[in-house]
Amino acid sequence: MSTEAAEATEVQKAPAEPLLSKRRRKIMSDPLNEDNPITVQVLGICSALAITIKMEPTLVMSIAVIAVIVFANLIISLLRNLIPGRVRIIVQLAVIATLVTLVSEILKAYYFDMYKVLGAFVGLIITNCIVMGRLEAFAMGNKPYDSILDGLGSGFGYAWIILVVAFFRELFGSGSIFDFKVFAALGWENFPTNGLMVDSIGAFMVLGILIWVQRSKTGYVEH
Amino acid sequence: MDIFNIALKATFIDNMIFAYFLGMCSFLAVSKKVSTAFGLGMAVIFVLTITVPVNWLLQEYVLKEGALAWLGADFATIDLTFLQFIMFIAVIASMVQLVEMIIEKFSPALYGSLGIFLPLIAVNCAILGASLFMVQRDYTIAQATAYGFGSGFGWFLAIIALAAIREKLKYSSVPDGLKGLGITMLITGLMGLAFKSFIGIAL
Repeated sequence: MSTEAAEATEVQKAPAEPLLSKRRRKIMSDPLNEDNPITVQVLGICSALAITIKMEPTLVMSIAVIAVIVFANLIISLLRNLIPGRVRIIVQLAVIATLVTLVSEILKAYYFDMYKVLGAFVGLIITNCIVMGRLEAFAMGNKPYDSILDGLGSGFGYAWIILVVAFFRELFGSGSIFDFKVFAALGWENFPTNGLMVDSIGAFMVLGILIWVQRSKTGYVEH
Repeated sequence: MDIFNIALKATFIDNMIFAYFLGMCSFLAVSKKVSTAFGLGMAVIFVLTITVPVNWLLQEYVLKEGALAWLGADFATIDLTFLQFIMFIAVIASMVQLVEMIIEKFSPALYGSLGIFLPLIAVNCAILGASLFMVQRDYTIAQATAYGFGSGFGWFLAIIALAAIREKLKYSSVPDGLKGLGITMLITGLMGLAFKSFIGIAL
């Protein structure tokens, strides 16, 4: 009896795709490396460079961006059949702006110091091309659950790149990681910190070299 | 003089690209040809010069705490700052729509070559960024206009310069992994280094 019941449920389940099927895992894992939003698709560079001076604001920024991408993808995907093509950009911007306002109000309420540090860059998540790009390229044509996965994938793809950039910039620019003085702890008190790393130029250099390393690994060549 | 200084400072010292990394996406994507870069740069100048003062008016008479006082005493305590992002982006999106229509009417060739990047000015961080910085810095309306124009002009100069370099770069042999985005990042870094020399000029 019980085996029969199990079989029956299995037959019913068969048409539905498993929660983490191969295709869905691919949706999530592609943006992490081969199709990375920053290094391959060239999206969302602005904030990737501006807030990566230290690890902590970078971490907060990545969490904020992941939250905004995932929820914006979900909402647009739910609304995708209702949005007229001609006004879709405004609709997308309205959804993103609402979410970013929420994020900014939450930061202001619970994490005011960080809100001060990030300043205008929280608002600039609205114009982070990754969010718009994913909405336009994925959420407008896919089901809600897949869109959430896609959002998570792109969000983490963005997060790991900016965290790596921030790691090198904070390590060589301020000699610390998460404000913990690494070189002082290792007994190298007067480690020569590099002013260029704190500056915008360091960000361009670190990201340029990171792209080089990553592309020579994946073998992606731009023409 | 003050206004001129603000415009000059926004163009060179606080350059949108090299000091704040704003508008990088289209900066990197549309800088392959000087002619296209020129068109996009002009569009950005135009949009910035208009949206910054318009957003200033919005901020001053609608959004700021107590800004609605001109409607009557009852409204004097209302604080609509939380609507700032949505209002600003709505102004920018409609301005971009307007520019798109103007360009389509008067220069179809430019319209064709800008393609997808024209609507993307709406999500060009430099535009929204200038409005947000303008609020942070408490400018007057004349200063805000000068700031908007200066930022746009700085962005224009930067993208023209990069496009000119990249046109020449086509004929040099760059390592495979560095081709495209990688080498462009490094060049932008070096250009930023050059722009750093404007720091220290007292205005």
